[in-house]
Amino acid sequence: MTPWARATTALRLTFADPAGCGGLALRSRPGPAREALLALIPGDVSRLHPALPLEALEGGIDVSASLSGTTLVRHRGLLQARNRTLLLTMAERCPPLIASRLCAALDQGQGHRLIALDEGVERDEHLPPALQDRLAFHVSLEGLGQRDIAPTDPIAKRPVSTKFLQAVECPEEALEELVQLAVTLGINSLRAPSLALRAARAHVALNRRNRLTSEDILVAAELVLAPRATRIPQETPEEPEAPAKTPPEATAERELTALPQEILLEAIRTALPADLLAKSGSNKGKNGFGSGAGAKRTGSRRGRPLPARDATPRGKAPRVDLMATLRAAVPWQTLRRAQGSNRPGPIIRPSDLRYRRYEELSDRLLVFVVDASGSAALARLAEAKGAVEILLSEAYARRDHVALIAFRGKGADLLLPPTRSLVQTKRRLAELPGGGGTPLAAGLQMGCETACGAFRKGLSPVLILLTDGRANIALDGKPDRKQAAEDAQRVAAEVAAQGVDSIVIDTGRRPEPALRQLALSLRGQYASLPRADARGLSDTVSAALEG
Amino acid sequence: MKQPFPFSAIVGQQDMKRAMLLTAIDPSIGGVLVFGDRGTGKSTAVRALAALLPPIKAVKACPVYGERIEDCPAWAGVTKKATHQIPTPVVDLPLGASEDRVTGALDIEKALTKGEKAFQPGLLAAANRGYLYIDEVNLLEDHIVDLLLDVAQSGENVIEREGLSIRHPARFVLVGSGNPEEGELRPQLLDRFGLSVDVTSPTEVAERVEVIKRRDAYENDHAAFMLRWQAEDATLRDRILKARKTLKKLKTPDSALEDVAALCIRLGSDGLRGELTLLKAARAYAAWRDDTALTRSHIRATAPLALRHRLRRDPLDDAGSGTRVTRIVEDVLG
Repeated sequence: MTPWARATTALRLTFADPAGCGGLALRSRPGPAREALLALIPGDVSRLHPALPLEALEGGIDVSASLSGTTLVRHRGLLQARNRTLLLTMAERCPPLIASRLCAALDQGQGHRLIALDEGVERDEHLPPALQDRLAFHVSLEGLGQRDIAPTDPIAKRPVSTKFLQAVECPEEALEELVQLAVTLGINSLRAPSLALRAARAHVALNRRNRLTSEDILVAAELVLAPRATRIPQETPEEPEAPAKTPPEATAERELTALPQEILLEAIRTALPADLLAKSGSNKGKNGFGSGAGAKRTGSRRGRPLPARDATPRGKAPRVDLMATLRAAVPWQTLRRAQGSNRPGPIIRPSDLRYRRYEELSDRLLVFVVDASGSAALARLAEAKGAVEILLSEAYARRDHVALIAFRGKGADLLLPPTRSLVQTKRRLAELPGGGGTPLAAGLQMGCETACGAFRKGLSPVLILLTDGRANIALDGKPDRKQAAEDAQRVAAEVAAQGVDSIVIDTGRRPEPALRQLALSLRGQYASLPRADARGLSDTVSAALEG
Repeated sequence: MKQPFPFSAIVGQQDMKRAMLLTAIDPSIGGVLVFGDRGTGKSTAVRALAALLPPIKAVKACPVYGERIEDCPAWAGVTKKATHQIPTPVVDLPLGASEDRVTGALDIEKALTKGEKAFQPGLLAAANRGYLYIDEVNLLEDHIVDLLLDVAQSGENVIEREGLSIRHPARFVLVGSGNPEEGELRPQLLDRFGLSVDVTSPTEVAERVEVIKRRDAYENDHAAFMLRWQAEDATLRDRILKARKTLKKLKTPDSALEDVAALCIRLGSDGLRGELTLLKAARAYAAWRDDTALTRSHIRATAPLALRHRLRRDPLDDAGSGTRVTRIVEDVLG
């Protein structure tokens, strides 16, 4: 199937069995393909956005109507209706609160169809995982243009009747097939095969058959299981570019009721996420990037207003939340008026006042930029790892966030985006291999990007660079010692200009003058640790951070 | 409304099921914390538990489900003694629920239309004598957490607002679930849960197939499926009721107390809540097994559930505290 066919089929199945499939997570930036797909949605669409107040979802008191009359007027929330098509825009910014409500609505099977538009650019920007897990279909329209759009039949708005869905015969092998496939693809959640089965049933019903066949399994596997894959099975054939079509002789040889695993896998390979293939060689799972809701939650630490509260916040000059105050005052109006106040307009007492709250905690983010090049590996990569581990347990005590970047060979890798999950950091660190050149500039640059991203989220980043300083790979990936040193200096100046605090730790055998120079450009601190052990290293950093 | 998935039809997840059954036998154990990956049946189990629990006797029209008329708070204005059987309440506390919704507040409807000052009970009242379930408990807002801690400790909900001064009993079993990847739980709240369980997806393919098969049957062959499993649920229910009776007569030898104490000292768990919970859990387990006295085997079986979350945490130990507890249990109890 082409990506476009995949997307339209997913949409069709969603509308065929909304209660079973939940919906569709569409990863795409705005573009013609997305517009064309959304135009296919039949019936009315309720648009949601992540900054939606909870009342819009669940209903609440209508302040103005209640004040003008003497009866309480409530407005209905979107989720209180049934069988709605909900379109969640900018789903990657959806806060956990809204996500949990949507999840609950989906779990209750009220027939809502949720289409989540995930407009994330970075890999760590995605839907809240709990919500993503409940949507059967994950489709990406990345890179699709006008020419990829094929004309499609209109989608029926009415779901297929439950009776028809339930009547679908479902052989046991098909079920085992789906579960086995989910295991092979490293999908942990049991919701995935369950959803795949529902999707397969819906596909059968749509095609007006009454028995599950291998074709339905294939569609379900491609649409539901493939995008969730976290690993490619070990017995991958040599040619990854093999055509998606199954060789006819292979099917002829095996006259089985169910499809053999290899054929299934082969068929869905095209549907696997592209970055999975890129990563599969380096033995890193997609799971690690699932900082998801956690990362986003910490990202909203500053500026995002929290629900208003009645207690006076600690800071000075608190701001009154007018709407929340009115909402709190509305119920009392009749009572207060009865007590003899004839003033026109709502009567507001101090106890009604609700204050806006913002959380202004600026958490510290430690960005570890670790040199994993050959020279460092020889010298003291293990010690650097040990030091980082000790720092990590201190970070845990302080509830700091950490990010881990390693540079070696031709470039730098963001091994772990800012997270609080220490266990993950440690695991990544332990897996960190050594060897190759020293692209110091690339490492610094990535560290700078991470730090700037953290700034925007309201964290205060500290860059900790552990290296032996002999930069020999330039920014463009060419081995050129002179150019490399210049690049490093330039990037360092950039880091300093961004106002990122930094600490340079020289892990070489002898103190490296170039590194001291680098620390100067960074306007950071420099510590040289010839022959120091991990504990000594950590003490240095702690001292530098405190001071 | 569809009936929830039957408790007895949940495949595997022995720890989680056991922990929930123990709290059903002795609610004073103080709740269960279920941590695990998505799609491992956490919410399913809680909903199933609601259907499994034996009904309770409550005064009609009592907002907090008092057993006798004396238990009903004065503000509710209950006058009739008549009681009826109701299912054990299992109440969902949604993330982002407002304080008013949790504790209860002025009845807006009545205040506006009739000008009456009436109290509208909140979730805590509805959860009295039952279960309070918080999905994604680790994402719960701090001020709600504080409030819950307070009520869970005192067993009473006190509301002091303009013109309202109200208190009512709020004794409930806290059940929390969450995914540790999305954030951790504050130690104070952690300690408040009696038992904790880590759930993972089953590793056996056959077991997974069974899960999907049952789920499919539940959805597509509902009537027959429920008929098949409701009988099993009824057996479980009878066993819970029987265990509650056995629990009252269960003997606790001093040696068992010493074992429990030795275990907790060795684990270095803070406070005495660990000992108390372990003792209660072990007793409930013994009652479940229909034994007459508490023995080491009961303690051994419940120690990981009751103690795992009370250890001083080593942030870098990814082996899990469960294994640590098991190891020390083997050391101490032999």
